Amino acid sequence: MSNPQQLRYSKEHEWLSAAGEDGVSTIGITEFAANALGDVVYVQLPDVGSTVSAGDTCGELESTKSVSDLYTPVSGEVTEINEDVVNDPALVNSAPFEGGWLFKVRVTSEPADLLSADEYTAFAEN
Amino acid sequence: MTDAPPTPRRTALDARHRALGATMTDFAGWDMPLRYGSERDEHTAVRTRAGLFDLSHMGEISLIGPQAGDALDHALVGRLSALAVGRARYTMICDHEGGILDDLIVYRLGDEEFLVVANAANAQVVLDALTERADGFEATVRDDRDAYALLAVQGPESPGILKRLTDADLDGLKYYAGLPGTVAGVSALIARTGYTGEDGFELFLAPDDAERVWEALTEAGAPVGLVPCGLSCRDTLRLEAGMPLYGHELTTDTTPFDAGLGRVVKFEKPGDFVGREALEAASRQADTVTPRTLVGLIASGRRVPRAGYAVVAADGSAIGQVTSGAPAPTLGKPIAMAYVDPEYAKPGTEGVFVDIRGAREPYEVVALPFYKRER
Repeated sequence: MSNPQQLRYSKEHEWLSAAGEDGVSTIGITEFAANALGDVVYVQLPDVGSTVSAGDTCGELESTKSVSDLYTPVSGEVTEINEDVVNDPALVNSAPFEGGWLFKVRVTSEPADLLSADEYTAFAEN
Repeated sequence: MTDAPPTPRRTALDARHRALGATMTDFAGWDMPLRYGSERDEHTAVRTRAGLFDLSHMGEISLIGPQAGDALDHALVGRLSALAVGRARYTMICDHEGGILDDLIVYRLGDEEFLVVANAANAQVVLDALTERADGFEATVRDDRDAYALLAVQGPESPGILKRLTDADLDGLKYYAGLPGTVAGVSALIARTGYTGEDGFELFLAPDDAERVWEALTEAGAPVGLVPCGLSCRDTLRLEAGMPLYGHELTTDTTPFDAGLGRVVKFEKPGDFVGREALEAASRQADTVTPRTLVGLIASGRRVPRAGYAVVAADGSAIGQVTSGAPAPTLGKPIAMAYVDPEYAKPGTEGVFVDIRGAREPYEVVALPFYKRER
């Protein structure tokens, strides 16, 4: 698997897109995380308009075998959630970096320890 | 006494699983394939085509001798001495209090030879109990856990696939029957048993032959869509089929009557058997006071009930407990098996919820199984 170079990553296996001009970044989980979960069957995302803090849990990902907390890698206001993935959680497995994105945040602060694609790849493979 | 090896045990097909890219998991001390790709796709393959499983972690124990059947009658709750040669029986081994030590399939291979198949997690307990309980009978208990690899080919296409590899009379082989034969040129016990709710076969063979038979089944099954399947889909397949799993629906704290499986206990057999007194009491009690009843639950929403979650009434009071739960690929909804108070056990009962991490989710009470194949 390859982790897109233009994204940054958290050690909780989320990815984060570069913020656009409106300061909004898109967040999802990595292919590595999706594979580890197995078939995702239920996704609970944060409410639009809510404020999230980097490193906090803000939802759930449920797979056949387990329930995992969803963490936000950055702080800010949730501006949008992916309704497609709520209706069809399998998108997290089939397109984790694209159609399986989870939510968007207008970023107010981000931690210093986000990883580059190469750093994340090395981290995930260990 | 033998100490369990410190590292997980690996089956004869370990290298094959890794080559197939399986996600492995520790299961009862064995490193087993959990899934090869999508567990949902594997589940669907077994329901509609065929799936191939490595179940070599299961624990085989042989009983041999003129009184092998009598020894099993004494050791188990069933009447195995009455089993015809070539047939298999689902049964249980209980402790003196009637608690279930394991559920078993027993195959009668000959007049004086039985093969007992125990769950991997309980194999040592079963071996020890059988050894102790067979004492005084003209029967030898033999640990055959390392003597067999176990492959299962399950699903509607499985008879056609296996027919290409054996001369054995599969049409004459009934459900819960087993006969010695040759598969892909090697000796095997061919049994029409399984844990998926589909037609299928379990093949007991020498570990050294496992690769060859796996390969032959893979090739013979490829044209009809057979795929390798891991333990994850095995669990959702058995759950849809309403089959209990030891450690979930069955424990040492449950009797066969608690689990709604009192029919496996044969009081009318000659001689005493371990647990008789306690089980007779449990049977009498089940006739008067209905204990918590094992039911099926189907979700309205998408959230998945898990083992241990509370079943609650509308006012939040506990009325039962989930023993197994999973998203059911065939039904397209989360399902669960749960023990509930008898007044909530009737199919269609309103006002039954599962507490899913603080959220009260409505559930429909249904009779088991959730899924039954068309015959």
